[in-house]
Amino acid sequence: MPEPLTPDVVAKVADLAMLELSDDELQTFTAQLAAVLEHAHDVEELDVDDVAPTHHPYPLQNVMRTDDPHPAVDAEVAAAALAMAPSVEDGQFRVPPALGEEP
Amino acid sequence: MSRTAVEIAAAVASGAASAVSILEEHLARIDEREAEIHAFNTVLTDEARAQAAEIDRQVAAGHDVGPLAGVPIALKDNLCTRGIPTTCSSRMLEGWRPPYNATVVERLAEAGAVLVGKTNLDEFAMGSSTENSAFGPTRNPHDLSRVPGGSSGGSAAAVAAGFSAVALGSDTGGSIRQPAALCGVVGMKPTYGAVSRYGLVAFASSLDQVGPFSRDVADSALLYELISGHDPRDSTSIPATLPSVRGHLDRGVEGLRVGLIRELLGETLDGFEPEVLAQTRAAADTLAAAGAIVDEVSVPSTIYGLSAYYLIAPAEASSNLARYDGVRYGHREEGGANTAAMMRASRTAGFGPEVKRRIMLGTYGLSAGYHDAFYGKAQRVRTLIIDDFAKAYENFDVLLSPTSPCVAFPFGAKSDPLTMYLNDVATIPSNLSGQPSISVPFGTGAHGLPVGVQVLAPLLGEPVMYQVAAQIERAAKEPLLQETLLKEGRS
Amino acid sequence: MTIPEREPQNLPDGWEMVIGLEVHAELATHTKMFSPAPNHFGAAPNTNVHPVCLGLPGTLPVVNAKAVELSIRVGLALNCTVQRCVFARKNYFYPDMPKDYQISQYDQPLNADGWLELPSGYRVCVERAHMEEDTGKSTHVGVSGRIHDAGYSLVDYNRAGVPLLEIVSRPDIRGPEEAKAYVAELQSILIAVGASDGKFEEGSLRVDANVSVRPTGSTELRTRCEIKNVNSLRSIGRAIQYEAIRHVDLYTAGEAPIQETRHWDEEGGRTRPGRSKEEAEDYRYFADPDLVPIDPSPEWIDEIRAALPALPRERRQALVDLGGRGEAVTVTVERRLDTLVREAVALGADAERALIHAANNLAVEGADRLDSARFAALVTMETSGQLTSTQAKQVLASMVATGRHPAELAAEAGFEAMDTGELEGLLDGIIAARPDEWQRFVEGEAKLQGMFTGQIMKATGGKADGKVIAQLLAAKKQA
Ligand SMILES: [Mg+2]
Ligand SMILES: [Zn+2]
Repeated sequence: MPEPLTPDVVAKVADLAMLELSDDELQTFTAQLAAVLEHAHDVEELDVDDVAPTHHPYPLQNVMRTDDPHPAVDAEVAAAALAMAPSVEDGQFRVPPALGEEP
Repeated sequence: MSRTAVEIAAAVASGAASAVSILEEHLARIDEREAEIHAFNTVLTDEARAQAAEIDRQVAAGHDVGPLAGVPIALKDNLCTRGIPTTCSSRMLEGWRPPYNATVVERLAEAGAVLVGKTNLDEFAMGSSTENSAFGPTRNPHDLSRVPGGSSGGSAAAVAAGFSAVALGSDTGGSIRQPAALCGVVGMKPTYGAVSRYGLVAFASSLDQVGPFSRDVADSALLYELISGHDPRDSTSIPATLPSVRGHLDRGVEGLRVGLIRELLGETLDGFEPEVLAQTRAAADTLAAAGAIVDEVSVPSTIYGLSAYYLIAPAEASSNLARYDGVRYGHREEGGANTAAMMRASRTAGFGPEVKRRIMLGTYGLSAGYHDAFYGKAQRVRTLIIDDFAKAYENFDVLLSPTSPCVAFPFGAKSDPLTMYLNDVATIPSNLSGQPSISVPFGTGAHGLPVGVQVLAPLLGEPVMYQVAAQIERAAKEPLLQETLLKEGRS
Repeated sequence: MTIPEREPQNLPDGWEMVIGLEVHAELATHTKMFSPAPNHFGAAPNTNVHPVCLGLPGTLPVVNAKAVELSIRVGLALNCTVQRCVFARKNYFYPDMPKDYQISQYDQPLNADGWLELPSGYRVCVERAHMEEDTGKSTHVGVSGRIHDAGYSLVDYNRAGVPLLEIVSRPDIRGPEEAKAYVAELQSILIAVGASDGKFEEGSLRVDANVSVRPTGSTELRTRCEIKNVNSLRSIGRAIQYEAIRHVDLYTAGEAPIQETRHWDEEGGRTRPGRSKEEAEDYRYFADPDLVPIDPSPEWIDEIRAALPALPRERRQALVDLGGRGEAVTVTVERRLDTLVREAVALGADAERALIHAANNLAVEGADRLDSARFAALVTMETSGQLTSTQAKQVLASMVATGRHPAELAAEAGFEAMDTGELEGLLDGIIAARPDEWQRFVEGEAKLQGMFTGQIMKATGGKADGKVIAQLLAAKKQA
């Protein structure tokens, strides 16, 4: 298992998750997350190197749909989605200016 | 007092009772007790009245009405209902009205059910007490000083209080079965993929299933049959005709092999109340008395389920909840200098502490350098659990355990997150393995509060699971037997 | 096999370029990758949307079978192994991306380990070609329209969820021309198999170039920079050349480039820094639990393979077999005129003339709709002397515009063939009028050929064939 959790690591994780933490929250969360991870240490004793991971409990594959457009609800959905959006202009979602570019 | 869904539907369809009058009975109970219980985020009085009146018109006109005609139903507030607020009990989605219905919602509407409201939950279904709702907790109808369990606490309480005949919840780590146990109702988590997840706001996609709450096993079976079945909008939906279950309810358990899961009998794990264990063994005894072959069985890796779960579920959740960024819907904090600042502020203000905790736990577990040790390892442990269950099912038709280690606990009793998480130890393995399980009320424990016994079955083993659940229910209704067993001091 | 000729390095002596390309191609499906919203370019903002591609809570993706089929076509055309694949989530926050993760493929892509042969014969290895979904598009609204200015952005999700195939080459490319040839060839393949319309101008094709340099002869891989979204063939070449020189300059000055993303500035003719690797996000890839693996059956793959059209490489070979060579062959296939040429030749047209027309005179819209029988007729009219090459070119242009028969068009234009007897009569008249000049021409004053040719042309109103005149003059001189 990796190193014990520190406030530094938790701050970095909060940043990745787009969350801001106060100093108090940082301390509390660090302790709480560390306790959960500490408990999770019990899986360390299991040797699972040769065990395949389970991604889906009910194994399926090749689930696909045909390339047929959806009948006519799209305009309605778009209108409803725009109507509920926090900020809209000219049929588009308005956001503060982007900084940085897409990875 | 209140009738079951099966009874209501029969009465409404035959004209013996009107859907409107049935609804008014339920609305009257809501009027009486909702203020103290707070089962609902939204009560749909007008809509429900219109819907019930329409059903009565259909009956009067001699039209065929569905198998749930006039049955008042409540839906967990993480199931999308077109034009009706769907909040997940989060500030983040306060006021959001989906432009579409979840598949299960459509199926219930087709069956003639009358939607009375959207029920409270732990925010985004993360919790085991419904204390994590942004709109205040739900109280247990049996004891208002105690939690109803969670995360589907509102649905469990609604059924227990007679606000609706049945309800739907979602179960990611026990979120249907545990509140059912704590509120003294029946709660069932179907085989993963048996019920469509389309329109269920995701918590942990590989674990989430929608399932029914009801006052008896027959209603549960009926609801399961109506909401299950293939949905092409969910890629993980099982593309097969599922076996019917209702025909199994009266078959008895003669010759069935029932295994008590040794690891979940409290001998190796803390926190199990003796009364809960006693009732579980008592339920097993009644099955034996009815002709089942009962024995203990070891499913060794179940005890690692909790750890695996608290690595897998938050990881998936951290990704599923990324979309709440204030751009397209939901809460936005204005005033950010750029998009990233706006997103950060919106998420920080919109999510409660438990949601943040799990998002961070999941983000950490997936991040560079930790993925293999955490998420990757947990998915392998999951395979071990599935393999262990498979071995157990070589010798047993169903398995038995307590649903929750304890009866309903007081508010604030498990304020430490880890303590709360440990409450899910018996329900989590079925989510990891995808197997169905059901909690059936069986007597009472400490403080006279309800106890639930859990029946587990292999993938798509719903028929035999219901068969055994029905037998436990029949036994539970014999109060004399109950008292005798408890007096014998089985704890 | 002969070793193909490689591009000479436009770098100071002793340095060579190491280039790998990532090409994103939008797939030509009717609907999006994971939702039934329409996949069309040019609709009003946020109209081609569905709850799934807006990332609304509770929605789930379902794979478009056609997108998989088109991806397999490309995989086969690129000689890849088509294999069991898994969709993974690439997690990062970005307003254009409705779910704040992109569904892509990570450690288990659909197509792996193939190659693409350039017209030169050089083979570039293809590491993988995986499926993923496109993002939406934001437009910055501000004073100067520059991204770093205050103001705000407007987001349109029409493109969000459009199926993409990301084709990743190995760093096998050694120069800008080779990079352009790779992209052009890939574009032809994508179009030929019907996987994509391949239009740079509509964003159907987007290229990221990973560029580094190293001392010639070394096998090391030095720090590379990724140049993003270079959106034309011309820019690809320019951006790579600029970037490679920048690296050499840095090394020569005793410095080194840092690994980063850079953007091509078309007006400035330079690359500019984007995010550095240290700032790059941690994508937290994991298998998407909402989707199940796709494991194409051998039968399905065989079916797709059997239905594949001839690929550009095979089509070039067919023209070479007809006697075609070099640029004419490449250009004819690029313009998708090779079928026209082959059919015309099968109908008796001269292969060399047909290829020359395809390569030189048919760089026009609609040329690929020419009727091959009529094209054959035109070539034959020319080779039999009924039309001069200049006339043939004019008639061909009218054929593309009108679709009519060359004989009709030639007649309308008054291009009647002159027979040799008539020409000989004219020439005799001219000789009689200019006996001195004729004598000097017979004695070897070759420059007078032009004068006699011009006189005949003048007398025929330009309808005579220059070649026929030359033959006639030569014969007369001998006599
Ligand atoms: Mg890329
Ligand atoms: Zn990509």
